[in-house]
Amino acid sequence: MMPAARQVLTVVRKDLLVETRARDLLNVMLTFAVLSLVIFNLALDLRGPVVREVGPGLLWLTIAFAAILGMGRTFVREHERGTLTGLLIAPMDRGVLFVGKLLANLIFLFVMEAVTLPMFAVLFGLPVLQPAVLLITALGTLGFATLGTLFSAMAAQSRAREALLPLLLLPTTVPVLIGSVQATSHVLDDTVGGPPWIGLLLAFNVIFLTLAFLLFEHVVDG
Amino acid sequence: MADAPHDRSGLAVDAQGLSKRYGAQTALDSVDVAVRPHERLAILGPNGAGKSTLIAVLSTALRGNAGTLRIMGWDTAAAPNEARRRIGVVAHRTYLYEELTAHENLLFYGRLYSVPNLTEHVERLLKLVDMFPRRHDRVGDLSRGMQQRVALARALVHDPPVLLLDEPDTGLDQLHLDLLAALVQGRALPARTVILTTHNLDRALALCTRVAILARGRLVFSCDTASLDPTRLRETYSRLAGAPQ
Repeated sequence: MMPAARQVLTVVRKDLLVETRARDLLNVMLTFAVLSLVIFNLALDLRGPVVREVGPGLLWLTIAFAAILGMGRTFVREHERGTLTGLLIAPMDRGVLFVGKLLANLIFLFVMEAVTLPMFAVLFGLPVLQPAVLLITALGTLGFATLGTLFSAMAAQSRAREALLPLLLLPTTVPVLIGSVQATSHVLDDTVGGPPWIGLLLAFNVIFLTLAFLLFEHVVDG
Repeated sequence: MADAPHDRSGLAVDAQGLSKRYGAQTALDSVDVAVRPHERLAILGPNGAGKSTLIAVLSTALRGNAGTLRIMGWDTAAAPNEARRRIGVVAHRTYLYEELTAHENLLFYGRLYSVPNLTEHVERLLKLVDMFPRRHDRVGDLSRGMQQRVALARALVHDPPVLLLDEPDTGLDQLHLDLLAALVQGRALPARTVILTTHNLDRALALCTRVAILARGRLVFSCDTASLDPTRLRETYSRLAGAPQ
């Protein structure tokens, strides 16, 4: 295995091990997502065709806010404990660290979604557990995690870290959020035609991944 | 490790004109550090003199605003990872993950540095720092002194030729201060180049071959310990940096 790939796996494995012991990231995300869906379900009492119109938006808002809560912790934890410096003085390209952190974040988000999607399907009666929606979820999550990983590294170094991540992430992920909501709506409505949302999501991911990979070094090295 | 590039200086650490500013505050002001292989340099100075900033810049954890730095001939700007492979760091923070055990922390860092025969090497280091019996305890459950010993092992896990130690005696009891002395002086492991910061003038004289005094971000004194006695060092320190703490 290439040394860089081995370092990526080492960072991912460490993050998973730390999280299985600390449980301060997944617990927060899962609790928030479950509570949000229950509250949306009880408060809005959606029925009939309205569910198909509003449902995808509720699903993606839940995923987005839960992700912000979780991803905010990944670099804050490293920064507060000083372990980020231990990573930065290791002979590891900044891009390798970024990919390792991104993969770990993706795994955490997928775990959260593995609970959120079935629960959403049950509560709102929408068939989101189908390959097309799962593909859209994977693409939307990748876009969100890419910018989330970059901005959480930036926010961790700020005193206003709790507020900074949503302020940076929500405006910049608007294309991903809109793309994911629209693509999910089209699949659930079985609509033919309209913009190629999945293609747009793919394009946004390529742009975001490239930018984040290039900018990460400047963010962590200040 | 890759062969060192051609380096006329032959220095293990060669820093020239290092400066670091935090806003309007100057933490390091054009500092030159030249340390020969196997030399042991103690950097003394009052609180706020810039000692920790200097160690952070030398370790590449912080990027200086000006100056050049070569570690074992490798330019940290042109080949940062080659330089980093050759540095082991003990700082105020241990860089250890509280949720992981001492053993898991060392395995993690060893993998980042691609250390061969890692498991055996880690066990040897844990025995060396007297932490083998507690190797499966989570770092968060260890005392500060024990964490510092694991941090020492972490700094040594990739067998670096240069050690940067920022007040490495933090939390250590007398027994393990002796172990630290043995590590620094090359009695417990092969000798290496050491730069350490301390407030303890006597320890600096006992452990190192050269002492330097940093005051207000500038290196104001440097002398071989062979030509210094404790009284003269105290007088010099008081004159240049204030009364020793």
